[in-house]
Amino acid sequence: MTTIHIIIAIFVLFAMSRTYLRLKDGELNIFAFIFWMLNWVLVAIIGFWPGVTQRIADIIGIDRGIDTVVYFSILALFYLIYRLYVKIEHLEQDITKVVRDEALDKFNDKSNE
Amino acid sequence: MATYQSKICVVVPAFNEGSVIKGVLTSLKDAHYSNIIVVDDGSEDETFKAASSAGVRVMRHSINRGLGGALGTGLKAATYTDCEVVVTFDADGQHAVDDIERVALPILNGKADVVIGSRLKNHKGMPWYRVMMNMTGNFVTYLLFGVWCSDTQSGLRAFSHDAATKIRIHTNRMEVSSEIIREIGRRELKMQEVPIKAIYTDYSLSKGQSLFTGIKTFFKLILHRLMH
Repeated sequence: MTTIHIIIAIFVLFAMSRTYLRLKDGELNIFAFIFWMLNWVLVAIIGFWPGVTQRIADIIGIDRGIDTVVYFSILALFYLIYRLYVKIEHLEQDITKVVRDEALDKFNDKSNE
Repeated sequence: MATYQSKICVVVPAFNEGSVIKGVLTSLKDAHYSNIIVVDDGSEDETFKAASSAGVRVMRHSINRGLGGALGTGLKAATYTDCEVVVTFDADGQHAVDDIERVALPILNGKADVVIGSRLKNHKGMPWYRVMMNMTGNFVTYLLFGVWCSDTQSGLRAFSHDAATKIRIHTNRMEVSSEIIREIGRRELKMQEVPIKAIYTDYSLSKGQSLFTGIKTFFKLILHRLMH
């Protein structure tokens, strides 16, 4: 076992424990929990057996295994950013709705006076 | 006999316009518009006080939500009044009060559901970079929503009471102008454009959209196209 294997093992165990704690707190639902657990398992597999990525690279026609990992990571990150943006946008709309309803309530109260 | 002014509700969204808003509201009242609703969008200056002292109805957002947030609130409040036409009018003094009649008439005559006051039909006096930015806004709006309008970013618009009820505003900030155009297409409302004057003072220019806001708005519009 090399140093990088030890680092990856510690990181994956730490990430898995945090994910489990979030599930216990009720902050993650079961589907999000499974998604993140699979994600960490994938990190561990790639960390311990990098040859796997070469096999995938050969199948989809990319030269090096590490490139495949980087390409897919960037895609995944972009998708996560998009999801975050959408979530923030929905939150912003919810805030506006609350502020608007408050202003309209006062407006109607005044109109009825 | 009821005057045309009494059939119109003027909605004035305002954010930090304390130094000019009273003058704008006074000129509206002098022109016999009595149904005026100001939406103070969480201003940090004297906007609320100045507007209230002008003797019009003032709504207040407890925190700043942006132009879209304020317009949405104003349009909704206007539909609670017994007006026939809702006109949106900027608080920075860039619109001429006379133009309200021009945008409202096609609706009062039953010829349109929505009228956009276009500053670009006759863009004399508009700085060239503004013309360019507005044209880009029009083009992007057309690409994303399929409705062509010569001044999508105009703040002077008129809606029939029915159209104001139908239009749904989701966006909070500057992208609302393009969203309104999208809603016109989606709700199959009859749109007309009439040329209006734009009064450019140093003040109103400083309040306009910067290039950076324009770029931000562009990305927000694409996001909204993906979301809805």
